[in-house]
Amino acid sequence: MIAYALRRLVSAIPTLFVIITLAFFMMRAAPGGPFDSQRKLTPEVERNIKAAYDLDKPLWRQYVIYLGKVAHGDLGPSYKNKDFTVVQLIGTGLPVSARLGLSAMVLALLLGTALGVAAALKQNRWQDYSVMAGAMLGITIPTFVTAPILTLIFGIYAGLLPVGGWSGGALRNMILPVTVLALPQIAIVARLMRGSMVEVLRANYIRTARAKGLPVHRIVLGHALRAAALPLVSYLGPALAAVLTGSLVVEQIFGLPGIGRYFVQGALNRDYTLVMGVVICYAALIIFLNFLADIAYGILDPRVRLT
Amino acid sequence: MIATGQTLKSSEEIKGRSLWMDARRRLFHNRAALASMIILGLIAALAVLAPLLSPYAYDEVNYDLIACSPGWWPVEAACRAQGHVFGTDAVGRDLFVRVLFGARVSLAVGLVATLVSLVIGVLYGAIAGYLGGRIDGLMMRIVDVLYSLPFIFFVIILMVMFDRNFILLFVAIGAVEWLTMARIVRGQTLSIKQKEFIEAARAAGVGPLGIITRHVIPNVVGPVMVYVTLTVPGVILMESFLSFLGLGIQEPLTSWGVLISDGADQMETAPWLLLFPALFMAVTLFCFNFIGDGMRDALDPKDR
Repeated sequence: MIAYALRRLVSAIPTLFVIITLAFFMMRAAPGGPFDSQRKLTPEVERNIKAAYDLDKPLWRQYVIYLGKVAHGDLGPSYKNKDFTVVQLIGTGLPVSARLGLSAMVLALLLGTALGVAAALKQNRWQDYSVMAGAMLGITIPTFVTAPILTLIFGIYAGLLPVGGWSGGALRNMILPVTVLALPQIAIVARLMRGSMVEVLRANYIRTARAKGLPVHRIVLGHALRAAALPLVSYLGPALAAVLTGSLVVEQIFGLPGIGRYFVQGALNRDYTLVMGVVICYAALIIFLNFLADIAYGILDPRVRLT
Repeated sequence: MIATGQTLKSSEEIKGRSLWMDARRRLFHNRAALASMIILGLIAALAVLAPLLSPYAYDEVNYDLIACSPGWWPVEAACRAQGHVFGTDAVGRDLFVRVLFGARVSLAVGLVATLVSLVIGVLYGAIAGYLGGRIDGLMMRIVDVLYSLPFIFFVIILMVMFDRNFILLFVAIGAVEWLTMARIVRGQTLSIKQKEFIEAARAAGVGPLGIITRHVIPNVVGPVMVYVTLTVPGVILMESFLSFLGLGIQEPLTSWGVLISDGADQMETAPWLLLFPALFMAVTLFCFNFIGDGMRDALDPKDR
């Protein structure tokens, strides 16, 4: 187990390396530099700026310098947000994004599991059909449609919730973004949970539990849930990636100061270092959490041998 | 010999049912899938015929009718535009025709990018699966590494790099979507290559390329088709996502993502600008999903 965990961690390094390399060369292959759109600079000033950012050196030198800095946890200065380093920007944005994403994940897991279990217990009855129809809606309608529509209803027509802004993470400000971010995940979790729960409920040990006369809630909570939750654990990785992608849109729509917004703005402004920094940060997060999910799977399911 | 000849003749008259005919019959009996196909057909027809259906051009600006509601809109709005079925946008362009032109772009991106992913994925998967051994291991290892990359970010970087090039958008999305296709095809190929007809082809002297193109690929069509119908809505979503962020299609051309993004900006004063494109897009995505589910049920011999 520990050997497996170590091996997985070590194998994450080449993946990260590939990501950094790809991101670096893709950004540098882009036509137009970060200082092009500004007014024409005098040649000396331009030379000085380029020297300050190492842009005057050959590409492979820049790459080596960048790799060395990343290894030391330095993602360089932001080209467009003057006076800020990329690490500082990510440092201010990451807590916001993490709070948003984690709340959405928790909400999706709780609500999705509850809905999925309810649907499985009432298989092929109206409760089941309505949950599955709702799930279909949740999966097909994209975040950038639900976000404005929910804002229109709850923010503008009903006037119950703020239409945007973060206000230091006040609960009122978080309700809409978290709901929007969680909706597709609730739907997918409910579908997965229903499917596996239906299977598990057919198992012999559940029949035994029923025969013993256990009440339904004890059968579900005590016996069925653990086995039925396994597919969920392996879905955690993709779910996380989906939440990160969704947060790009949600942060943009609600004007939240998370890293997703930095990424989009950085991409639009050709802020190379910021974009690369955020990509590396996202990639590291995804790799790390996938790793955690795999380990959790091994612990929860004794049949899986992690070697 | 004579007896065999006779049985063959009589079986011709009975008319056999192929796997595909069975699948098609099952698909057409699935009401949700059938309705979805009809609706999708309608949307596609509207998109193709768009210039004929409306007296307005998609980029025709009219400063007298800025963000006017449709004539039939139930709520009182600042101004009403008679003759514009879906109202007009912020510079007075007809929304109906823009939604249909958006459909053109969104559907085209969906189909072309899926085609790109289909070609790459099927060839890659079939080659890896058929050759097997160390080459297969290496090829699938590459897929694994690519899989763990947050690809949407690379598409975004690509779009920034090449200035939102329209054709690149197709290629970039297609290049992201082929991974799953390759995995599916490889899995199928692994089981197909054990079959006798492959051995027969090899014995007859057909080379690896011939076997892959003529004997392996035709036999993976079923699962691939199911995945294709589920890829198209994924691609449409991805394009709209990029357009929504301002990284996809550029004005005056439009797509559903652009329209939804514009509509979201003005939803307080002109909600129809958001509702109509969102409705078209949601319905389309729904239809594709229903067809995909229906196809899976139809092609899967195990009853679900």
